[in-house]
Amino acid sequence: MQNVLKIILQRLALGLLTLLVVSIVIFIAVNLLPGDFAELILGQAATPESVASIRRDLGLDQSMVTRYFSWLGGMVTGDLGTSFAQLNFQTNLGGTGGKTVAEQIAPRFANTMFLASVTAMIAVPLAVTLGILAALYRNTVFDRVANIATLSSISSPEFFMAYILILFLAVLNPIFPSLSNIYEGMTFGEKLEKTMLPALTLTLVVTAHMMRMTRAAIISLLASPYIEMARLKGISPMRVIVKHALPNALAPIINVIALNLAYLITGVVVVEVVFVYPGIGQLFVDSVKIRDIPVVQACCLIFAAAYILLNLMADILSILSNPRLRHPK
Amino acid sequence: MSTLLWLVTVLGGIAVAGWVFRFAGQTVTGNAPRFRDMPYGVAFGYVLGVSILAWAIWYYFQPVTTEQGLPNAGVMFFRWGVQGLIIAMIAAYVFRFLGRLIGTANSKKLFRAMPLTAAFGILTIIIYAIFAIFADAIAPYGQEQIFEQANVLPGGDPALGGDPAHPLGTDQIGRDILSRLIYGAQNTVGIAFATTCLAFALGATFGLLAAVLGGWLDQLLSRAVDVLMAIPSLIFALLLMTIASVWASEWGIPLTIFMVVIIAVIDSTRVFRLARAVGVNIVVMDYIEAAKLRGEGMGHLIFREILPNATAPLLAEFGLRFCFVFLTIAALSFLGVGIQPPLADWGTMVRDLAPFINFAAFAPLAAVTPLLAAGAIALLTVAVNFVVDWMLHRSSGLKE
Amino acid sequence: MSDPLVKIRGLKLEGRSDEMWMPIINGVDLTLNRGEVLGLIGESGAGKSTLGLAAMGYTRDGVRISEGSVEFDGIDLLTASAAVKRGLLGKRIAYVAQSAAASFNPAHKIIDQHTEAPTQHGVMGRNESVDDGITLYNKLRLPNPETIGFRYPHQVSGGQLQRAMTAMAMSCRPDLIIFDEPTTALDVTTQIEVLASIREIVEEYDTAAIYITHDLAVVAQMADNIKVLLKGDEVETADTRTMLSKPQEEYTKSLWAVRSFERPAKPAINTGATPVVSIQNVDAAYGTVKVLEDVSFDIHEGRTVAVVGESGSGKSTTARCITGLLPPTKGQILFDGQVLPASYKARDKFQLRQAQMIYQMADTALNPRMSIGKIIERPVQFYMGLSGKALRQRVDELLEQIELEPDKYFNRLPSELSGGQKQRIGIARALAAEPKFIICDEVTSALDQLVAEGILRLLADLQDKLSLSYMFITHDLATVRAISDEVVVMKDGRVIEQSAKAEMFQPPHHAYTDLLLSSVPEMDPDWLTNLLNERGVDNIGDAAVDKM
Repeated sequence: MQNVLKIILQRLALGLLTLLVVSIVIFIAVNLLPGDFAELILGQAATPESVASIRRDLGLDQSMVTRYFSWLGGMVTGDLGTSFAQLNFQTNLGGTGGKTVAEQIAPRFANTMFLASVTAMIAVPLAVTLGILAALYRNTVFDRVANIATLSSISSPEFFMAYILILFLAVLNPIFPSLSNIYEGMTFGEKLEKTMLPALTLTLVVTAHMMRMTRAAIISLLASPYIEMARLKGISPMRVIVKHALPNALAPIINVIALNLAYLITGVVVVEVVFVYPGIGQLFVDSVKIRDIPVVQACCLIFAAAYILLNLMADILSILSNPRLRHPK
Repeated sequence: MSTLLWLVTVLGGIAVAGWVFRFAGQTVTGNAPRFRDMPYGVAFGYVLGVSILAWAIWYYFQPVTTEQGLPNAGVMFFRWGVQGLIIAMIAAYVFRFLGRLIGTANSKKLFRAMPLTAAFGILTIIIYAIFAIFADAIAPYGQEQIFEQANVLPGGDPALGGDPAHPLGTDQIGRDILSRLIYGAQNTVGIAFATTCLAFALGATFGLLAAVLGGWLDQLLSRAVDVLMAIPSLIFALLLMTIASVWASEWGIPLTIFMVVIIAVIDSTRVFRLARAVGVNIVVMDYIEAAKLRGEGMGHLIFREILPNATAPLLAEFGLRFCFVFLTIAALSFLGVGIQPPLADWGTMVRDLAPFINFAAFAPLAAVTPLLAAGAIALLTVAVNFVVDWMLHRSSGLKE
Repeated sequence: MSDPLVKIRGLKLEGRSDEMWMPIINGVDLTLNRGEVLGLIGESGAGKSTLGLAAMGYTRDGVRISEGSVEFDGIDLLTASAAVKRGLLGKRIAYVAQSAAASFNPAHKIIDQHTEAPTQHGVMGRNESVDDGITLYNKLRLPNPETIGFRYPHQVSGGQLQRAMTAMAMSCRPDLIIFDEPTTALDVTTQIEVLASIREIVEEYDTAAIYITHDLAVVAQMADNIKVLLKGDEVETADTRTMLSKPQEEYTKSLWAVRSFERPAKPAINTGATPVVSIQNVDAAYGTVKVLEDVSFDIHEGRTVAVVGESGSGKSTTARCITGLLPPTKGQILFDGQVLPASYKARDKFQLRQAQMIYQMADTALNPRMSIGKIIERPVQFYMGLSGKALRQRVDELLEQIELEPDKYFNRLPSELSGGQKQRIGIARALAAEPKFIICDEVTSALDQLVAEGILRLLADLQDKLSLSYMFITHDLATVRAISDEVVVMKDGRVIEQSAKAEMFQPPHHAYTDLLLSSVPEMDPDWLTNLLNERGVDNIGDAAVDKM
């Protein structure tokens, strides 16, 4: 057990280190911008005084290292800075209105998490079941149809799936709304209904991936000599699966799930845009278009953190489920 | 609620039918092993499959217009889909049949063991390549040419808002959609192909080098790639594109070039991983040791001993990478930060034409155009994936 | 006499390759009576394992039974329902696989896997079954029989695991056990112990068994009758003693004859002669793990030094030190009296050319994407600088030396050749450099006996013609006897004994050498019995090693 704990702590430390390096990469990337932010924000309207004022506000007169650490410090404590859109508003009109980046992101982050969880709730059980079935009945008609269907679904762009679903489930048969305009104060049921189409779109893509990976994992497992041994001991097929295959399949399946949840993170961006879903992905794309750097930076770090976290989780869970590590010699 | 009830009833019916089917099978065949040892789940699966098939056939033969004289769009789309599928299957079959008759002994042998999906994939890729290379000759109009009539519906029937001169109609500012679709093949596929090649040149070179040399270079490159891969690729691409867009206007360089470089670099990390893994597996082989002990130089090792053995997995990876790059570019364009107008591009076309989908109920043809552009993207990636899947299957089969 | 336990008639099996069904077994009959042990021998690809599994009514994925019948105790296994077959498997028919490490489920303790069959088949309760398991472990002389079952498979050594698997097969006291090469993956000293315990327990419970192996000497110890298979056909069947003394068929005779190859002894070495290769006080380590300690021996011109030892004894590491892949941490290697640079990178072309290597796995030693011609051409071109016609001529000459027709093989790829032919190409590649010294690393261990024999003869001929020196790494003492002039015995990275071959096979020698030598099975069916009597029950295999 000591051993496992050590490995896990190592992985955690490595994950944290990766996140730190990623934050540096993002920070440097953003600082590669020509000129400085102040001119960028004000554009044509820049007067020397307003530029100087923004520079002071943003701390641009300090060194890059100092700025990095104050930015990082802010990220850790939840202060994600001030968005350009808001700064522009303040300096040009002298007002103090608008939201900070944190205020802007928080509700949208919650929405995205809601979308991701609904997707996971549908996709994970579906994909794992179908994947196991495809592995058990491999090379049958079912397996071949599933292979072609999942391959097609993986290959299609998310917006293609999204529009097909809109066409059939919103326009031709008005079952779900095609616009997911979620706002505060909606009941859970209403929210769920509005989230259904984006969730289904993501489900189609993620399920295909997850199912193929589960199938591959189970097939390689079923080919192992100890499964043959169990069969040759006259154990019932059900028990072979539950007792012999499953404990060993857990690690690869958990891995598959975590990896696909990480994949979901990239997937939400396009889907949120298609359905005008007020999530973090939509905010990210909007900010990219108006070059609102602080928001882009913050969103990017959040996406990366979630991605690293999920991959880390996959790693740790598969270590935990490895009997060789759990019971060292 | 009624939908749910209906669904439960149907599933329940199938469940009973599955049991009846197995029992009937056992009785009729006198307990033949096929039915005797059939698990219930399999019987259920058979009945479910047959039910779906029966429903599909029934739906296919529904009238295309409702009693009120309105078009029954659902049936129309379904028919188009089924017909497209059948045509694709026939085309692939004929293509494979021809491939078995014509060509060298080796290519004939290749076609003989080819599944239909792979034949379809290869045929599709060839057709795309022809469209992409000869777009200028094939397309009826230029990609930037604007006509007076905007928003002409597809179909070419003036009574339904079409125009014979524009079989697929025109877009919101009056450009011929068919021409733009054809030019899209050149632009979107061409750019994706160039990007993939660049990503490959970078990733494969460094990956193989890291595998052969090992040591600190390997460590350095591998750790750098780890970090780059820790940022989701689409997100990273969007971040860098934001920055690039500023530079592009500053320097007057087209944003598209930045996009090619950015995506190539991001994707080369994935290629690096694979190339390194493949390289490491080859480097431990005894024939490499023999060559080293012979005193061979690095050039001979990489180009004569390692590369010929790495081509199969690298080629398969090239297909997968191409799909990935292609989808990333399409997504970026769809989000409005990828290939820039006035170049015709499928991702942008989908975004521009998407609102037409809402007219599908009363004007099914109107909804076709955005789906055509999206479908063009999907079709190519599906085709490439079919071919890659077959290649991987073949190489794994040969090893055993 | 009652009905036979297993009755197989006209059995044909097919395997799928490239979407086609190819025959694996073409109509074999097999009869096995209660309490009888049948040895099934043949080379790789003879269909032994497939036939063994078919006797259980089981086929692997991609294999099907196309014709014939399999009856177990009057039950037709091919038409029996899945449930009936399940009731037999594990309970009345059991299986012992080749690799115990892979065939035990890593997620469960050994005893839980042991008790599964008895509890599932309702033979006994869990507690009773655990007690019974411990009894069996005792009988199989496993160390710590009370506790060993409560470990996970990866915590137990290979030889012990193999015995635990035999115990598992015994758990329901089946009528029939199929042993599928149970000792192939084990070292000789471990093998003997597993063989002894298997034989004892099979005798004690009067279990019938089908014992599948490619090793004639092993099957001679285990079986009452022997059936020889060749490419899916039965060659002949007879009781063990008759089969060993009076084989009828040509093929069987040739299998037996392999063992008789032995080259005549050579005259003694001039004491003053400079050895071709001299290894002097070499230490080596992988990282911080020390793998060689103070290894010294000489190899003289025209001589073969066999280096023997079990896996992990440091044989291959010694070779890596000589070739310069692993620079020694201490000591030096002399070639013709000159000190060689430690790393191959620092050696010049001449030095590299003089020492060549032939590898164990011809599959990984030949670049699969290069034609045979190119593979042999390269060293000629590289070292001798030949090109054009002269180059082709030299390659043809080399191909003729290894007894392959140049025109037929020049353009072929390695994958189009058989295992023995590939190994010959490896030899030709080494010869192409015109070396004085060749390291042969287990060159015959992946080959079938007849083919291996051919390779050994070829190497011996070449040595006489070209006065080559060989360092012959092997774990197989039959090979040592066949080809070596001198023998070096290694254990745990040290040289334990070195002597001329004649002395080697004459006592007295080091206790470990003794153990190693005596553990190699011989063709005499009484060999195991005699050996066990000699050593005493408690002093075989592992136990004997530990005492040293």
